[in-house]
Amino acid sequence: MKKNAGNPERRRKRNAFINRDTWRRFKKNKASLVGLILFLIFVLFMIFADVIVPYSVAIENNISQRLQPPSAEHWFGTDAFGRDVLARIIHASRYSLLMGIVSVVIGIVCGSVLAAIAGLYGGIADRTIMLIMDTILCIPFMLLALAIVAALGSGLENLLMALVIASVPIYVRVIRSSILTVVESDFVEAARSLGTPDRWIVLKHILPNAIGTIIVQATMSVGTMITWAAALSYVGMGIQPPAPEWGAMLSEGKNYMLQYPYLVIFPGLAIVLCCLSLNLMGDGLRDALDPKLKD
Amino acid sequence: MDSLLSVRNLVTRYETDSATVEAVNDISFDVLPGETLGLVGETGAGKTTTALSILQLLPERTGVIKSGAICYKGEDLLSKSKEEMRLIRGACISMIFQDPMTALNPVLTIGEQIRESLEIHNYDGLSREQLDERVDELLEMVGIRTSRKYDYPHQFSGGMKQRVVIAISLACNPELIIADEPTTALDVTIQAQVLAMMMDLKNRLKTSMIMITHDLGIVAQTCDKVAIMYAGEIVESGTVRDIYLGEKHHPYTVGLFGSIPDLEKETRRLSPIEGIMPDPRNLPTGCKFHPRCAHCTARCEREAPPVYREGSHEIRCHLFAAEDANGN
Repeated sequence: MKKNAGNPERRRKRNAFINRDTWRRFKKNKASLVGLILFLIFVLFMIFADVIVPYSVAIENNISQRLQPPSAEHWFGTDAFGRDVLARIIHASRYSLLMGIVSVVIGIVCGSVLAAIAGLYGGIADRTIMLIMDTILCIPFMLLALAIVAALGSGLENLLMALVIASVPIYVRVIRSSILTVVESDFVEAARSLGTPDRWIVLKHILPNAIGTIIVQATMSVGTMITWAAALSYVGMGIQPPAPEWGAMLSEGKNYMLQYPYLVIFPGLAIVLCCLSLNLMGDGLRDALDPKLKD
Repeated sequence: MDSLLSVRNLVTRYETDSATVEAVNDISFDVLPGETLGLVGETGAGKTTTALSILQLLPERTGVIKSGAICYKGEDLLSKSKEEMRLIRGACISMIFQDPMTALNPVLTIGEQIRESLEIHNYDGLSREQLDERVDELLEMVGIRTSRKYDYPHQFSGGMKQRVVIAISLACNPELIIADEPTTALDVTIQAQVLAMMMDLKNRLKTSMIMITHDLGIVAQTCDKVAIMYAGEIVESGTVRDIYLGEKHHPYTVGLFGSIPDLEKETRRLSPIEGIMPDPRNLPTGCKFHPRCAHCTARCEREAPPVYREGSHEIRCHLFAAEDANGN
């Protein structure tokens, strides 16, 4: 038993950097709480899409029902093939959220490793990595992603790969700069003066201090990636019909936009709300995770 | 008595593409077991560089030890491998940093940070409980309630943080502690408390210490020996008695004492040393102090002064060296 078991301070979690304090500070920001709830709703839709409405409803043509305005039967109306727009939006959330989250997770992991190598070892490793990253950054994001998809062919995996390759340089830049500030700090030097091995310094001192930046960057990026995935699908380079995807739905709806505006309004709203929720969450997280605001 | 640490003719440079900074120029000193050496000098005199050279923590890309020897218990530290040096740091020689505000990791509790150095050098295979006990013991030693070990650094005041830093540096019972201006960042009342505590612990644990400071008051209170540094050189060294009560002094030392108020003398103004430290990228020839020295002669501008010795008291100045030569 620890000496001071029963002491109220004992209850405080010892190790967690992301602890209940983080949640308390996050809660204070009402806007980010709204963002979190909104995002959770999207996630629930994504998980339970098949329970809410079968996938077949979202992809099978039903010409007799085509271009119905919103009604009790079809809340968001139907599209030119008679497919229920709401069902398509719900199932599209699977593709969009999945692409957003997966591309960011892969991108952040690759980005962190590269940034850590560049930031810690410096010198030739730093210069080589940053040269490559800067070169990629010179190419406009959309153009690069388009080029990659065009070269590899469209499809979910290739779209993901394009998003990852085009976004890694951004993560490397942001994470490297936050690692550099930590590496230069006194407590890292103090740790060195105690004979702390390099791997401990990275795991216990540098990463925990940079993780806030990484999490915020990740949250914000999911929204961006969803938008880019939608944009690529909009120009026909992403998810292929009849699979539903928000960007692809916008693209299909644009021909009927003047007479049937709901065909673009609802998928557009889905994209906007999803990104908004993630950005609000990211803002709140940034404040909650900043160690300097820990009062 | 054999010295614990002996530094001989240490030369350290910072080399960048555009310039070479001559930070430490040929300094030598010894620290005996249980002794405190005060390293005194202005900002930029090379005090911290000396400390970092001993621990070999100089910035990797720029800092180079050009020549000299640093012997710890008779073993040359400069010939040790990186891994051997890592094992020495913290366990045998540890360092207290200047600013406790930034020397602690903001995302770890202080208990974890004290434990960390214990875990790194846990050669006796102590269990978790034993390590926890040792953390409690260390906190009590520096006068912090043990229940506060779950608190984060931002929940402590500056003085308390410095106590934590001291606890960390003492964790593995090092034989030498290098304290780099340990009280500069603290206010005066806390300074006295922290210093008194440090001295008490040092005497109890029989640790040697190198006290880096620019405060001559602290030196008088805490040190056995003093070395006064100017532009990377030790211009005067000796026991505290030699420096404070000796009759002969390097003009720079005289200047340093002239810069602190004296309670017994009525002076309207302090007499600071005119001028500023020379640019270490472009040091003056001869005596490094000659551009600011009131007793400067043509010889000072040409030749580096020899060492004038009087018992344990050493002065590097032409003023006394000349006397010495005439006397013999």
